[in-house]
Amino acid sequence: MQIKPILAALRRHRLATLLIAVEIALACAVLCNACFLVARRWTMIQINSGVDESSLAVLTVNGFDPKLSADVNARMLTGLRAIPGVQSATLISEVPFGPQTGAAGVTHEPGDFKNLIGVVDFVLAGPGTFKALGLKLVEGRLPQPDDYRPATSFLPDYAQVLVTRQWAEHAWPGENPLGKSFWCDKMHFRVMGVVDHYARAQPGQYDLGQGEWTVFTPVVPGGSLSGTYLLRARPQDVQRVLQAARAAVQKIAPDVVLDQDNSKTLNDLRANYFKSDRIMIGLLLGVVVLMLGVTALGIVGLTSFWVAQRRKQIGIRRAIGATRGDILRYFQTENFLIVTFGIALGMLLAFGLNAVLMRFYELPHLPLPYLPVGALALWGLGQLAVLGPALRAAAVPPVVATRSV
Amino acid sequence: MFGYYIDLATRSLRRNKALTALMVLAIALGIGASMTTLTVLHVLSGDPLPGRSGTLYYPQIDPRDGQGYLPGKTEPMDQVTWIDGMNLLQAKRADRQALMTGGTVAIQPDNSTLDPFYEDARYTTADFFPMFGVPFRYGHAWNAADDEAHARVAVIDGPLNDKLFGGGDSTGRTLRLSGVAFRIVGVVGDWNPNPHFYDLNRKSYGEDEGVYVPLSTSQDVGMNHDGGMDCWGNGGGGNTPAHNAPCVWLQFWVQLDSPARAAAYRQFLVSYSEQQKALGRFQRPPNVRLRNVMQWLDYNQVVPDDVRLQTGLAFGFLLVCLVNMVGLMLAKFMRRAGELGVRRALGASKKALFAQLLVESGVVGLVGGVGGLLLALAGLWLVRRQPASYAALANIDPEMLFATFVLALGASLLAGLLPAWRACQVTPALQLKSN
Repeated sequence: MQIKPILAALRRHRLATLLIAVEIALACAVLCNACFLVARRWTMIQINSGVDESSLAVLTVNGFDPKLSADVNARMLTGLRAIPGVQSATLISEVPFGPQTGAAGVTHEPGDFKNLIGVVDFVLAGPGTFKALGLKLVEGRLPQPDDYRPATSFLPDYAQVLVTRQWAEHAWPGENPLGKSFWCDKMHFRVMGVVDHYARAQPGQYDLGQGEWTVFTPVVPGGSLSGTYLLRARPQDVQRVLQAARAAVQKIAPDVVLDQDNSKTLNDLRANYFKSDRIMIGLLLGVVVLMLGVTALGIVGLTSFWVAQRRKQIGIRRAIGATRGDILRYFQTENFLIVTFGIALGMLLAFGLNAVLMRFYELPHLPLPYLPVGALALWGLGQLAVLGPALRAAAVPPVVATRSV
Repeated sequence: MFGYYIDLATRSLRRNKALTALMVLAIALGIGASMTTLTVLHVLSGDPLPGRSGTLYYPQIDPRDGQGYLPGKTEPMDQVTWIDGMNLLQAKRADRQALMTGGTVAIQPDNSTLDPFYEDARYTTADFFPMFGVPFRYGHAWNAADDEAHARVAVIDGPLNDKLFGGGDSTGRTLRLSGVAFRIVGVVGDWNPNPHFYDLNRKSYGEDEGVYVPLSTSQDVGMNHDGGMDCWGNGGGGNTPAHNAPCVWLQFWVQLDSPARAAAYRQFLVSYSEQQKALGRFQRPPNVRLRNVMQWLDYNQVVPDDVRLQTGLAFGFLLVCLVNMVGLMLAKFMRRAGELGVRRALGASKKALFAQLLVESGVVGLVGGVGGLLLALAGLWLVRRQPASYAALANIDPEMLFATFVLALGASLLAGLLPAWRACQVTPALQLKSN
């Protein structure tokens, strides 16, 4: 296939060529960035919470005098455990995808605010909670009865804690985290074990690699560890057990108020938490599909016009020996050249758009692999769009050359 | 001539239905997507108190210790401490001033068919109601004397009044809040400023506080605080900090009726900071801001990131649609070179041809605008079904309706410019000969 005559022909249609190229470039820029955003959100909503979501529900009550928290806890736990189907009822301060209660910056040295390692979620948990959550211990040991410490303010002054692998790798890269210390102001924590995965309460508010910066802190029930109860039941019973528990609160403790919004199964909490992200993914994909559709239709329209305009020339070429395949390939090559030009422009635009997005949102650089994938998609789209008009061009009979108009 | 051009345009558009439909569809999709997102953006960045917001200011001061202070860069705190709030309130340097914070109260209805439940509450001083222009359905607000007397009075909003008292006049009746009896003095009418500008620490949109009680009383009764709190130094913990703790957790709003008063108030904030520094309470040099409502909302970037991203995306899409339309218009106009050549030969000027072709693209734009409006209405209906807190607010208003058509017409005329100019360059003789 000779490219020279095609280029010569395109030079005579500079405006139309440029328009298609610009359209392809815009589509390329939006496509790459939109797919990047979709991929990030998709990674986020796939986060592994590390807990047995389908077997768990959380029940939150409040409105009681903080001085009575130990008493309320005792009554609630006894009452909840008596509900048929409940495998365990334990105390916890927050669950993945529920409200966040205790996030704090921690450091390697006491009170050294300048060198923050990061902001972690402290999950306070009573006896039995670790087993109820279904967390997987990969290193170290589980909390023993005397590891449960009284929480003086929100946190205990000193506690042996379990951390996630993600946090351990961030705080002590390449080192064995067991036995390591970290501090939250003057409060001292020592790592006794590492769990595989455990998502913090609001992972979406943090960077992708920080969704599991969770510290499991064994605490004696009472004080700040009261009012939120983790229920475990068989997956098929969870919904029913939660309903029964919600109904029973009034009888178990008439002096407390059930927090309707924060008493849900973990499956519901998760679905709710990522609902807007799902919608955003759908929206982004929808716009991308529409945009590609519009671009394809634009190519069809303009190429059809060109074919109609060049009917006579096509006829002459056919008459002097060009095959149908030659004509078909002519238009396909022409489209390929224009799209390639558009993609080259589009890559620059994609990086420009990415730079703008990075200024307004917390986004990293657009990873390079998106560019060839976007280019392939647009080449494919161009070839698909041009096929119809090109086939019509190939069908022009040679006899056209001998007719005027 | 204009009528004739319209007639020509419709004839021409009808001649090639597929191409016309393609252009109309492209512009309708682009306009529909942009108007949907733009309407949401417009609603979310709207003025919560039109007519009043210009005179309402949010004073910010900086009572923190010296650690981490960068002169000229560090913004003062977003809320005030109890001590500063009380000092500023009692200084009475503004036309009106109110100190407030949010909380949650347990309501124990007398009506035994209702279980106890939680309601968002606002603890505030009396000027809140006249300053923000809160309308009353029944009764009235409490006054400064009630604040002084730590009166156990409450104002409730319409939905709570409906729930508890079936919508009747409940003034004078008793309401048990967190175990303490309050007398209802007023029921707020239809008042729901969005964004919830006076306290952005909770939800920014769709926040509805059902109960209002005097700030002084809320502290006596020990009602719990709910919202943002920021402590420094060895600030205490807990939800409701001690009154002398180095923690900010209250919002202070003032009404200043003229720019001169605002300037004077700013000066007062500076001298207050200096005075506190002299007393040893503040350690930083005076670091004050006095933003009005819109500036305050802007500073806090209340419009969600996703909404801005969607708007940008939609306009990117519109741009693609427009470039597409330029290409199709070009094809359409160039195909009519023969016809245009005849008109030129018969004496039509280039300007006349240009006008004719622009009218044609304008007609496409208008039809596309109608389609876009329908799509935008459908889009907004979808937005209202989203779980976001602002969802219920997404409704088109006359302003946006007008904007839709301006955008559609403007975009299509812009898209028509280049092809029309190109088509006007035909040489009549050449076109006539080749036919």
